[in-house]
Amino acid sequence: MKISRIAVVGVILTVAAAVGFSQSIEMVGAGATFPAPFYSKLFDEYNKQFGVKVNYQAVGSGGGQSQLKNKTVDFGASDVVVTDEVAKTFPAPFVSVPMVAGAVVITYNLPGNPELKLTSDIVADFFLGKIKRWNDPRIVALNPDVKLGNTAITVVHRSDGSGTTAVFSDYLAKVSDDWKSTVGVGQSLKWPVGVGGKGNPGVAGLVKQLPGSVGYVELIYALQNSMPYAQLKNKSGNWVKASLASTTAAANVAIPEDVTRVNLTNSEAADGYPISTFTWILVYKEQSYDNRPQPKAEAMMKMIWWMVHDGQRYAEALSYATLPQAVVAKAETIIKSVTYGGAPLVK
Amino acid sequence: MLGGIVVSVLLLAIFLSLLLSSRPALVANGLRFLTGTEWNPVNDSFHALPFVVGTLLTSFLALIIATILSLALAILMGEYFRTGPFASIMRTAVELLAGIPSVVYGFIGLFFLVPAVRALQLALGVPPYGVGILTSSILLAFMILPYSASIGREMITLVPADLKEAALSLGATPSETIWKITLPYARSGILGGILLSLGRAMGETMAVTMVIGNSNGLTFDLLGPGNTMASLIANEFSEAAGDVYLGSLIEIALLLFVISTLINIVGKIVITRMAEGT
Repeated sequence: MKISRIAVVGVILTVAAAVGFSQSIEMVGAGATFPAPFYSKLFDEYNKQFGVKVNYQAVGSGGGQSQLKNKTVDFGASDVVVTDEVAKTFPAPFVSVPMVAGAVVITYNLPGNPELKLTSDIVADFFLGKIKRWNDPRIVALNPDVKLGNTAITVVHRSDGSGTTAVFSDYLAKVSDDWKSTVGVGQSLKWPVGVGGKGNPGVAGLVKQLPGSVGYVELIYALQNSMPYAQLKNKSGNWVKASLASTTAAANVAIPEDVTRVNLTNSEAADGYPISTFTWILVYKEQSYDNRPQPKAEAMMKMIWWMVHDGQRYAEALSYATLPQAVVAKAETIIKSVTYGGAPLVK
Repeated sequence: MLGGIVVSVLLLAIFLSLLLSSRPALVANGLRFLTGTEWNPVNDSFHALPFVVGTLLTSFLALIIATILSLALAILMGEYFRTGPFASIMRTAVELLAGIPSVVYGFIGLFFLVPAVRALQLALGVPPYGVGILTSSILLAFMILPYSASIGREMITLVPADLKEAALSLGATPSETIWKITLPYARSGILGGILLSLGRAMGETMAVTMVIGNSNGLTFDLLGPGNTMASLIANEFSEAAGDVYLGSLIEIALLLFVISTLINIVGKIVITRMAEGT
């Protein structure tokens, strides 16, 4: 009698656990490395609050795009907008939701680590190999207070394919015709000069090791490692230091109907930092593919909704720039356009 | 027997899968892949020559440095300090060198070797990159040293004592005995060890990436930055978008496979010839 009662309790507990277990939802995402610390924080918080587990693999923007294309993940993530050419190879239409903004800064290794002022044409000429010495008259004229020696300039760039390089080269192509015609825009480039380091740590390591070097890293990386970086003159002619505020400000422009068409580099915004970008999460527009369960799709879209709203408050502490209000509104429209069997998942 | 079959099948499978996956690139690049000097993902122009040159330069330069050091080490450990506490410390130290992860070698290179090479470049009046082909060759030399040194020691220990005693009794000095008796006797084994370490040098990725400068142009300048096949693949594989780009990286891997195989075959022939000569 006693034993059977224990057995009954056991069975009830097992069933309850099974029901509970089946309700916990797990999903998989893959993509960009730049927002990975932000995403892990968000997914962790979201799991604590709503019990939805997300396994995010920071394999790079290209990997995020191709894994979504092959439907091996529930969502992809990319620092760069998927080009029309690549979008055509996807099996179904998908949407890109902006998540958070970031900036790329020009860092260098000079005695005393002064804060330099640089214009876009000087930055382009650094990386084209046209300016060879730090005491070039153009740099000296902008920085009369900084002692610039005759040190040779060593250019340091990323050796691995990266969204950072894509954003940086997009900026250079906009401000320099020479760059546009000889190098172009891409995640990997044929660099005219310099040495390459793998990842932000690789570039930062080389810059620290080579006096007189100049390189580019993500703002968040420069902030966390207290690296010096230059003020840039933006399109409106103002001197802007990269910061979370000036990155968000860069997005303070007329946002086109299709938000993926917005390009923040060389932004028109008066106080916007010129090398800024959004990072995106990609999901299929129609979620009922491959017999995906509806609750899972719904949970995912609710989570993405949460990420562009409540999730934004975790951004600043991790050195990411939040989305401006106008962009959040666009993101809402995009999220609402995602359907399951034709019916929107988030209303 | 079974092991042999498994290894052969595995090698063939690697070759075939590389061949299949690189097909879009084989078609698109054609023979120009081997002779061209440009690597430009922006306009889908992919040529392997700079990386073949970089790989051969770094690994052979490393081999020269490592051979001199490892021969000296092998003689020391195989002839002079065969037993005793110093011998076992030395042997353990050399074996431990083989166990250090290559990323650690990379950091050691970045923090100690790069400033040293930079000082040399400043003294020579060439652009002071610090990183480059010479830097990675020196680093590679230390990484492959344990392989050739351990095998060399083993081979020198195996030289029969009565041969050496005969030479000594005929009035040869200890160093004459080493040069005229021990080394010729152990020659083919020592060369085998060197060949093994060459394969390791050609395939090394992480440490090389960290100190070679990853500059993708064709260069023969030992003091300047360059790149190797393995390092290029490690750098660009994860973000390579497009069939031709990805295929070209796999084609690089295929080429590395073929070159390693060829060098191994040639090496084996040389060793056999030399062994017959004794």
